[in-house]
Amino acid sequence: MARITLDLAHSYKPQPVADSDYALLPLKMEFADGGAYALLGPSGCGKTTMLNIMSGLLVPSHGSVLFDGRDVTRASPQERNIAQVFQFPVIYDTMTVAQNLAFPLKNRKVPEAQIRERVGAIAEMLELSGQLDQRAAGLAADAKQKISLGRGLVRPDVAAVLFDEPLTVIDPHLKWQLRRKLKQIHHELKLTLIYVTHDQIEALTFADQVVVMTRGRAVQVGAADALFERPQHVFVGHFIGSPGMNFLPVEHAEGHLQLAEHRLPAPGARTLPAGPLLVGVRPEYLARAEPGAAGALACQVLRVQDLGTSLMLTAEVAGQVLRARFDPDARLPAPGETVWLQVLGEHTCFYQNEELL
Amino acid sequence: MSTTTKPVNQKAWFLILPVLICVAFSAIVPLMTVVNYSVQDIISPERRVFVGTEWFAAVMRDEELHQALLRQLTFSGAVLLVEIPLGIALALSMPASGWKSSAVLVTVALSLLIPWNVVGTIWQIYGRSDIGLLGAALNAAGIDYSYTGNATHAWITVLVMDVWHWTPLVALLCFAGLRSIPDAYYQAARIDGASKFAVFRYIQLPKMRGVLMIAVLLRFMDSFMIYTEPFVLTGGGPGNATTFLSQYLTQKAVGQFDLGPAAAFSLIYFLIILLLCFVLYNWMQRVGTQAAQEPVA
Repeated sequence: MARITLDLAHSYKPQPVADSDYALLPLKMEFADGGAYALLGPSGCGKTTMLNIMSGLLVPSHGSVLFDGRDVTRASPQERNIAQVFQFPVIYDTMTVAQNLAFPLKNRKVPEAQIRERVGAIAEMLELSGQLDQRAAGLAADAKQKISLGRGLVRPDVAAVLFDEPLTVIDPHLKWQLRRKLKQIHHELKLTLIYVTHDQIEALTFADQVVVMTRGRAVQVGAADALFERPQHVFVGHFIGSPGMNFLPVEHAEGHLQLAEHRLPAPGARTLPAGPLLVGVRPEYLARAEPGAAGALACQVLRVQDLGTSLMLTAEVAGQVLRARFDPDARLPAPGETVWLQVLGEHTCFYQNEELL
Repeated sequence: MSTTTKPVNQKAWFLILPVLICVAFSAIVPLMTVVNYSVQDIISPERRVFVGTEWFAAVMRDEELHQALLRQLTFSGAVLLVEIPLGIALALSMPASGWKSSAVLVTVALSLLIPWNVVGTIWQIYGRSDIGLLGAALNAAGIDYSYTGNATHAWITVLVMDVWHWTPLVALLCFAGLRSIPDAYYQAARIDGASKFAVFRYIQLPKMRGVLMIAVLLRFMDSFMIYTEPFVLTGGGPGNATTFLSQYLTQKAVGQFDLGPAAAFSLIYFLIILLLCFVLYNWMQRVGTQAAQEPVA
């Protein structure tokens, strides 16, 4: 078990010049010992690069990786004593389930009795006990992925277990089970787990701390509620939540927020810089307001969709589209009518240059 | 129920007629001609006698044939024993990508592009003890090498020639098999702390099983039917040292014009290849399953 400290940048090109040459822009990050982390972001944001750097499959082009303060930048995965589970199940076709699970221990010359005990315990935990003597090649995808997970967890002294979108190939109903299993394992073994995914629900349910990444940059590290309530970056607002945060471009001057011909009073409690700003408000916090209320805007209803557990109202103001979520039994105006929506409130966030103020 | 029954349309048989005709003319009719010869004694174009299985019985008792068959089995076995491991080793050491990979691929494939009789001629000259590079060099080194005089030398020369000619095929097939292994397997093996040998034994070899099966079958069938190269190189000699099955058959059919025994023997030859391929195929299909029972090394 180890505390992992990253202070690095990585480029796959030999002579990086522009920001876009970097797969990972310079970043500093620390993963606490025994924590459950998720790296969340769209495809190509650099999360797998970061994972491979931590596991030692990739040497960063700049900077260093520390495990418990020890520099392991150039150490192999074996020397780092790390376990990694990949997107597609990797199993050794010619071996049985038990042999597959024992493989990492066999390679490290662990005594036979201890191997048997560890394999038994891990198989029990992953509900593979009944299949131990079966050939791994003949199993279903989810069982194979459980074997991959098992090989990651079987070493008792492992520094950290890294998961690279491990549930992609798993059926949805099994995904829930496996994810719960992982959480449970985390509680039992107190391992450092780092989980890469592009699925926000997966990240938010699995991890204590979520690292949101985009275009080679880690834009926010935080727990689920922080990512939801106070997105540090416009990207986090967009990416977390379904649908994402509403953003309205406004001009701040002399105590007013100007959105085309609409004018909102600037919130008195805080001092905002003058100039162009973005006002961000979650669809969940966009409530109806009395006509003419302070901080509210008159919007034109475009459509109302019934999502089963809620109603989704889509409205337009000054060419900007706003989405608001309401109770399923709320009575909402028909398309084409005007609705007043409370944009400014305690949950409203303000952004300048895409960063939270 | 009657409404769901499909109408039976016997006219559909006409659709497979073209295939049937093609196969009949390309395979069945020629094969049947051979069957026809094998059960008759043809004395002259007008006179023929039905002899039943007599030719088969005679051929089976033929001592020379037994020797040729033994020689052939030894040769094919040696070909597989040398070419398969060598092909795997070559494939493993070939660069995986970039211009080097392309260059090596082309170089390796060169010998496959040479016609059989040219291969024979090349080695005939190459091995000559007076002017051939190989033969002269060996003789200069004090080895009394002569593929025309020494039976063992002739036999080894034919084997080396076949290895030179066909190992690239095995290597190319194995290379294709290796390239199809996803990177994640190698990464997982590194994470699991697997040695180079373990990577080969538990990832590369099992993943190459399919292409290896094709390589083994192809090399077995081809080497079992080998004719042109030894014919050009040694003409089957010295003595009978390199007279393999097909050459023996040709001597019978063309040289002595014993059509009956030659036809009977052709059929036996064909059945031997069919049987051995069947056995090999089934064995290789099963070899992965049995590996699971072995203890992990």
